[in-house]
Amino acid sequence: MTLSHYLILAAILFAIGTYGALTRRNAIGILLCIEIMLNAVNINLVGFSRYITPNELTGQIFTIFSITIAAAESAVALALIISIYRHVKTVDVDKINLMKW
Amino acid sequence: MEGIGQIITFYILAGIAVISAILVISLRNLVHCVISLALMMLAIAGLYITLFAEFIAMVQILIYIGAVVVLFLFLIMLTLRLTDKDIKQTNEQKGISFILAGLLLFLLVTVLNRTSWNISPEAVVENTTSKIGNLLLTTYVFPFELISVVLLACLIGAIVIARKDKD
Repeated sequence: MTLSHYLILAAILFAIGTYGALTRRNAIGILLCIEIMLNAVNINLVGFSRYITPNELTGQIFTIFSITIAAAESAVALALIISIYRHVKTVDVDKINLMKW
Repeated sequence: MEGIGQIITFYILAGIAVISAILVISLRNLVHCVISLALMMLAIAGLYITLFAEFIAMVQILIYIGAVVVLFLFLIMLTLRLTDKDIKQTNEQKGISFILAGLLLFLLVTVLNRTSWNISPEAVVENTTSKIGNLLLTTYVFPFELISVVLLACLIGAIVIARKDKD
């Protein structure tokens, strides 16, 4: 097992997440794809921590912060989607265009 | 340590992660998507264990599978109507998105292959959990406190945004 294995796996997951975030119509689907991308980045961080700085554990600390931010982001996104659903009665991002000229 | 078992474990977990990620972006029913996402996160937690990061693996399971996935399930229950699960879930940008994601993957893999990583020859620390605890309360104490304030602000903001208007 080398670092490259983990980095390439993370790149594949990130590309899958990008594709999904660009093609989903549903706001919840887009959020799921963003979670895939965040997880891919966390694999990178833990991989760097294991192979490049095994004694300082910097990557693992950063992963904890990243997971915390991801949880906060999910909570805010949930609130926004519920609020939008209450006003527009849809979560389809193609139909949410109130602020588009 | 560098045995055949480790390689097999890596490929099995990586395969599960990639296949369930593809399921997340391709399934129509969003509840199934969320279950696939939980499977992907479980496989990634296993990968963290192969990287000697047991604490991160446990945090991953607790926060992602225990909290974020449940949050998504609640969100689906609160917003989607039952008829919504059969409508088309993707927009008309499939072709160009596929090209863009493929280009991104190509770029990332090229860069990763050309970079020479400064691999450390040192042995891995075995007991990482206590060391992470020490670091969080000494070197990283300021970011640690800051992140708790950020989390609190996000939670208050979420409650304010999601509250019903009083009119």
